[in-house]
Amino acid sequence: MKLHSFLVLSLLALSSSLAAEEQASRNMEQALAKSLQAVGNNRLDVALNEVDSLLKTHPNFKLAQLVRGDLLMARSKPISDFGAAPNAPRDRVQDLREEANARLHRVQQQQPIAVPKYLWQLNDQQRFAVVVDTSKSTLYLYENVNGEPRYVADYYISVGKKGAAKVSEGDQKTPLGVYFVDEHISSAKLTDFYGPGAYPINYPNEWDKRQGRNGHGIWLHGTPSDTYSRPPRASNGCVVLSNNDFTHLGKNIQVGVTPVIITNHMEWSDEKDATERADLMNSIEKWRSDWESRETETYLTHYARDFSTGSTAFKDFAEQKRKVNSGKTWIKVKLSKLSVFPYPSQQGLVVVNFEQDYESNNLSNRMLKRQYWMKQDGRWKIIYEGSA
Amino acid sequence: MAMFNKYILTASLFALFSISSLSFADDIQDANKLFKQGQNAQALEKVNAFLATKPKDAQARFLKGLIVNEQGDANGAIRIFTSLTDDYPELPEPYNNLAVLYASQDQYEKAKIALEMAIRTHPSYSTAHENLGDIYAKMASQAYDRALQLDKSNTSTQTKLALIRDLFSKTPRTTKPTAIAAVTETVVTPTAASSSVPVTTPTVSPAATTTKPVAVATAMPAVTAKAEPAVNVSAEVLKATREWAAAWSAQNSDKYLSFYAKDFVTPVGMSRNAWEAQRKERIAKPESIKVEIQDAKAQEQDEKHASVSFKQHYRASHLKSSSNKTLVWIKNDGHWQIAEERSGK
Repeated sequence: MKLHSFLVLSLLALSSSLAAEEQASRNMEQALAKSLQAVGNNRLDVALNEVDSLLKTHPNFKLAQLVRGDLLMARSKPISDFGAAPNAPRDRVQDLREEANARLHRVQQQQPIAVPKYLWQLNDQQRFAVVVDTSKSTLYLYENVNGEPRYVADYYISVGKKGAAKVSEGDQKTPLGVYFVDEHISSAKLTDFYGPGAYPINYPNEWDKRQGRNGHGIWLHGTPSDTYSRPPRASNGCVVLSNNDFTHLGKNIQVGVTPVIITNHMEWSDEKDATERADLMNSIEKWRSDWESRETETYLTHYARDFSTGSTAFKDFAEQKRKVNSGKTWIKVKLSKLSVFPYPSQQGLVVVNFEQDYESNNLSNRMLKRQYWMKQDGRWKIIYEGSA
Repeated sequence: MAMFNKYILTASLFALFSISSLSFADDIQDANKLFKQGQNAQALEKVNAFLATKPKDAQARFLKGLIVNEQGDANGAIRIFTSLTDDYPELPEPYNNLAVLYASQDQYEKAKIALEMAIRTHPSYSTAHENLGDIYAKMASQAYDRALQLDKSNTSTQTKLALIRDLFSKTPRTTKPTAIAAVTETVVTPTAASSSVPVTTPTVSPAATTTKPVAVATAMPAVTAKAEPAVNVSAEVLKATREWAAAWSAQNSDKYLSFYAKDFVTPVGMSRNAWEAQRKERIAKPESIKVEIQDAKAQEQDEKHASVSFKQHYRASHLKSSSNKTLVWIKNDGHWQIAEERSGK
């Protein structure tokens, strides 16, 4: 397991198959920004040209329509504010104002040259990883290039009406955490509202349940056919993409494999991060070898006091392990397809997935396993374990 | 059609017909009367009869466009006004009406382009400017609808697009046939020009500030004596300007050209001779010419130099144009002459 480099020069390394299509979506956002900047520079003619040409290809881009409305209205009479439509519902204007802000920020932002700190280890099956930053209305797509995440694209997205950090059913918030795409729902099974399809994610995950969080039906999905994009806070908790972007993203999503990590404050990988990562990797290896050694008490030191499988707490779990291990004359444990994703919004929590090849004198099995490791008093410990 | 609520009713377009072809003018005047009385079918019949003999006539076609539209055939009207803009691209009114018709069909982009054409040929054409403002508001509200998914009933911006009723209406808002004369401060008529002053006396009367050329002639002898001490430069150049327009209106090209100084700045690339030849041809060609001067203002530089700025309304048989003009006058040997002629503000 080698450390991945911290800097990936993504600008030069755009995946060629994606570049052109990704660019279309970016270009449009840039055209909008150009138009808004032209307004700022009092070049209303330039602004209108820009927004007009943008609307030629994307007439359903509501924000651009609003800007166009303002620019035309300004030719008819002086206007004093964004969204000068007579009788305009203030909330909708406010929504579009927020979209304008979000998109302007996105344009001003450099494409990332660093790697999010949530991608400590991708396995070789995971061709791509998705990282969502709700505070920036942005979904980042990373490609797994020989084990190293490489920036491919980012898309404007909408999240829950009430923002992020979902806790309960109906709170209209987008969950924060490490999730996986569970399933693909084709458009044929959906109403137009969801656009070209949907990818449900596994909210509430094991950690969420442990925290008592509930709710369901958190999806990545598209927009209605008459809508290019929705305001930054528009959904009931889902992550919503433009249909083109959704389709391009969909080409890279592997059901049951692709991680979707949702944060409200993007953190980037750094040196300290690398040390932490190495430390955890050692702990995982130690846990595996201690298991093989059949020194059950040493093996059990890897499990936290507050460990739970969701149904079994530490005491019963330990009891059972002691019983099982005592009947073994030998144990062999191999780990493969290891992936490691630090949890956003929860310091010192990491989601670890692997395929476990277990052999012993009286039992052998292979399973996909998921563990949650947490750093407690300076040591990595398992707080959850179960099949994935 | 509720949106055309700025009806503009002047009869000015028929004025010049009374000069040229009286019988034809009668026909078209009758047609116009019938149209205004709402007798569209009869009006159309008259116009068609007229067009059978003069198929290119701008006013008749214009009136036909109005009638056809009134009969509910907006597309027919659009065809007529479009062909007018093809044949007479210098006329702003057909563009304006085209725009109004397009707007009534929600074709705002086309309406906008038509109005821009009208304004390009006549930058001071206020009706087109107002209509363009309305078009922009309408387009804006369309964009707002799309942006905010507003109820259509909620946002319909009231438009006040004006369908120009008279092709050669000088002042778009004028409502009475007589209003032309009323709003025009100074009307120079060919008759006034024939009795014009410069020929009779080199000294110009300071009393000539009154608006009527006739008054100048009568006042003349009395003032000649005391003309020397108090030379009113402004009054002189204003008078000269009116006389210049009168000579032009009278299609008296020799007289007209006599107003231009030897070192008059001819258009770029044109010799004095070529320019004179062109002016003569253009003055002689139309069946009639009427040049009106409005809002003339003099600016004195010294006793021998002054300029006059005004709005010039030019109407010839098939062409009408309004423009802002400035004449730079210089006094040579006691005669005011034009050193420079500038169009635009």
